[in-house]
Amino acid sequence: MDSVTAVLFYAASGLALLSAMAVVAQRSPVGSAFALIVTLCSLSVLYGLLGSPFIAVLQIVVYAGAIMVLFLFVLMLLNVKREEHQPEGRGVGLLAGGLALVFLLQVGAVVLASTLQPGSPAYDASTARMARLLFSPDYLYVFEATSILILSALVGAVVLARKEPR
Amino acid sequence: MEDPLLNQLPFLVLLLPLVGFAVLALFGDAIRDEETEARKSGGQGLAFRLRAEGTRGAMLIACVMAIGSFALAAWSVARLLALPADARFYQPSLTFDWISVAGFTVPMGLLLDPLSSVMILVVSGIGSLIHVYSVGYMGHDPERVRYFSYLNLFLFFMLLLVLGGSLPLMFVGWEGVGLCSYLLIGFWFKKESASAAGMKAFVVNRVGDAGLILGMILAFSALGSVDLLELRLGAEGLAPEAFGAFGPVTWVCLLLFVGACGKSAQIPLHVWLPDAMEGPTPVSALIHAATMVTAGVYLVSRLSPLFALSETALAVVAVVGTATALMAATIALVQTDIKKVLAYSTVSQLGYMFLACGVGAFWVAIFHLFTHAFFKALLFLGSGSVIHAMSGEQDMRQMGGLRSKIPWTYWTFLVGTLAIAGIPPLAGFYSKDAILLGAWGAHKPVLFGVGLATALLTAFYMSRLLFLTFFGRFRGSHEAEHHVHESPASMLVPLVVLALGSVVTGWGWERLHMGEALNLVLAHAEGHGAHPSWLPVLATLAAVVGIVAAWYAYVMSPEIPGRVSAAARGLQRVLEEKWGFDLAFDWFAARVVVGGSESALWKRFDAGLIDGTVNGLGRFVDAWGRATRGLQTGLLRGYALLIFGGAVLLLSYLLWIRPA
Amino acid sequence: MNPALVPHAVLLSLALFVIGALGVFLRRNVITVFMSIELMLNAVNLAFVAFSRSWDRLDGQVLVFFVMTVAAAEAAVGLAIVLALHRHKDTLDVDAFSLLKG
Repeated sequence: MDSVTAVLFYAASGLALLSAMAVVAQRSPVGSAFALIVTLCSLSVLYGLLGSPFIAVLQIVVYAGAIMVLFLFVLMLLNVKREEHQPEGRGVGLLAGGLALVFLLQVGAVVLASTLQPGSPAYDASTARMARLLFSPDYLYVFEATSILILSALVGAVVLARKEPR
Repeated sequence: MEDPLLNQLPFLVLLLPLVGFAVLALFGDAIRDEETEARKSGGQGLAFRLRAEGTRGAMLIACVMAIGSFALAAWSVARLLALPADARFYQPSLTFDWISVAGFTVPMGLLLDPLSSVMILVVSGIGSLIHVYSVGYMGHDPERVRYFSYLNLFLFFMLLLVLGGSLPLMFVGWEGVGLCSYLLIGFWFKKESASAAGMKAFVVNRVGDAGLILGMILAFSALGSVDLLELRLGAEGLAPEAFGAFGPVTWVCLLLFVGACGKSAQIPLHVWLPDAMEGPTPVSALIHAATMVTAGVYLVSRLSPLFALSETALAVVAVVGTATALMAATIALVQTDIKKVLAYSTVSQLGYMFLACGVGAFWVAIFHLFTHAFFKALLFLGSGSVIHAMSGEQDMRQMGGLRSKIPWTYWTFLVGTLAIAGIPPLAGFYSKDAILLGAWGAHKPVLFGVGLATALLTAFYMSRLLFLTFFGRFRGSHEAEHHVHESPASMLVPLVVLALGSVVTGWGWERLHMGEALNLVLAHAEGHGAHPSWLPVLATLAAVVGIVAAWYAYVMSPEIPGRVSAAARGLQRVLEEKWGFDLAFDWFAARVVVGGSESALWKRFDAGLIDGTVNGLGRFVDAWGRATRGLQTGLLRGYALLIFGGAVLLLSYLLWIRPA
Repeated sequence: MNPALVPHAVLLSLALFVIGALGVFLRRNVITVFMSIELMLNAVNLAFVAFSRSWDRLDGQVLVFFVMTVAAAEAAVGLAIVLALHRHKDTLDVDAFSLLKG
């Protein structure tokens, strides 16, 4: 049982890593989008393995299902071509790469040096418990506020995307 | 014994006038416009009648709120009196704190005890009568709804002032009545003198309020509380050296007394009150005679346990009060405006109340406050009735012989005059006698003598007012004489009620042993000694002498005043210039303050230092912006990279440098 | 459960974050940059879930929930902005939008 979990975990991790690289390295935006969908789905598997079924399903429904479809819509609407190859200045690439490397090493060292608890086996992140926490006084107001956020995003998106009347 | 209802009633007393104000202030303009509209277009039916009588309805609302507030106040006082004497104080409170900062807590709490009972009865009772009177007096003013909304707002703030359970809450009421006073003095703001008088009142009161605020701050830091009841405990817990001649207790008292001086028009902050007569006469009666100006007396009495701990403060209160009483009485001798005489009389009587406070007879101050509220409101409303009859004329030299033409006004005015002069058995006799007794019993013969002289002067100038107005021949124009008419019933009824009050309140107070009830909450000197039987006789004699002298000078042989003023021109000048206070303030404000501000503050400090700093900052920012604008490439990814670089640097700092 | 899973998940999250960041820095297409940002958000979500597991608390997952909500709102508004930009300049090159240059 444990070994199955481990195999699934590392397989999904590797898939996520590879597809993420593909997202960034692709020239074609549509290709990037499909690669991103793969990343999102493998992350969903990881969430499931880490004992969070609710988030796992949400990941598929919201990210892969809603947000990425929106991206593909826009890509097709604008009929985006492959990115014209315009090599970055070497300096920028080096600087970005260097900073990323420093960041990776530093944070990685911290993570490796820390002793993270593996978590208790009795961990229960069922939807029922999630809902109880979400609607508890701690988060209820934030939760309600997000509905207003989404509403205003909705209105904002309509206003922005509308063709201006000439 | 507990009376749970008393934890709610005081809030209701407060709420009614506030509701009245809210309704009138929010819908006043709409009501008036509807009425104009409806009157213009005409029509019939109930809906039309309601629209066309809108402002009358508004006035009715204001009156109902005031009378309702009085009824509730009377009910709560009745319930309070049903309790045993030592249980007669309540601290009704809303369940939340108004202010709560680092050990400084002000609950939304009121205080209902015998002292505030007397005050809410006076305020809401006289207030109701004046609301009714105003219906007759102001009923034709185009801005009547605004007037009544202010009146209701004033009632709310005044009740809050006397019911507030802590200094800050009381201060809210204190400032609120100041605001209403300003608004009502300048009610006819198109008249320049009225708006100037309003501003004068406001500015002079700010000086006093500065003292009050400082007093509150010092009270909190020295005595550890701003709650009216806890202040006393805080003071009693102090070390003995705090009670020295100029210890913290004295300073608290003196600063608070500065505030009281501003509101209650004592030297040298009395200059605003005579000018305040620019407001409508019912306002002069309510705010500038019966209630608001007595707030200072209330404040000093309310904190009497504190004042009683400081000999110095008491002495200052007594001297200022006595000096004010005498000074104002002398000025009243030469005034020709009927309302100005009454205004100076009010200043003088307030001085009398502070005299009582200063000799430690605090309950007597409240007693005089109580009776004074009746007869001074009566006199003001009576003068309003006279002015109404004279179509707005206020100069007594244009009056005369009105006795037979407006008999109701005359008879009630006569009662008021006798009451303030101190003729037994009217109200003023009792309270004045008690004040003189207090001064005598405290072994202050000088204060006693000046008090007695002031009583004589009071009788004289009030009789002068009476005789000039109602006796002799009519001195105005024929047209004005033809026009003289008695006022409507809505104005006469309050006059009669107040006249009855001026007759019975002194006697009633003694009969009900109100003094003993008040002494449970006020500080009082023990063992006044016997009441010398010659004292009331002497006081009455002073009043009679004053009246007879005025009769002789103004009715028997009217040429005497001219001869006297010709003989004493210098004194006449001094009195007509009101002892020069206004001139001194003018000089101080115009020369010292304005001149100093212009040369030192404006040209040097403001233009040089402040402007220089601001402009220098601007130049610096400008130069810095020019130097760094290159960083702003407009390229989004450049910004992202910068942010990331910053994050990495911060992370490195946190990881490697800081934890060392 | 395998005790190494939680730290490894955090390391994966770190790697995904850095890849996303590089995408933001190096790609020119607005939509690709946008997708890289989504990638970074997901990396953070993974870290949240992992820590939530490690500390036996659900608050991390609640935060993931809110991040997703905000991401959805952000995607809607962001893509609308992309549409508007494309209408104005007829390009999706990020460097073309540099009106804020000082």
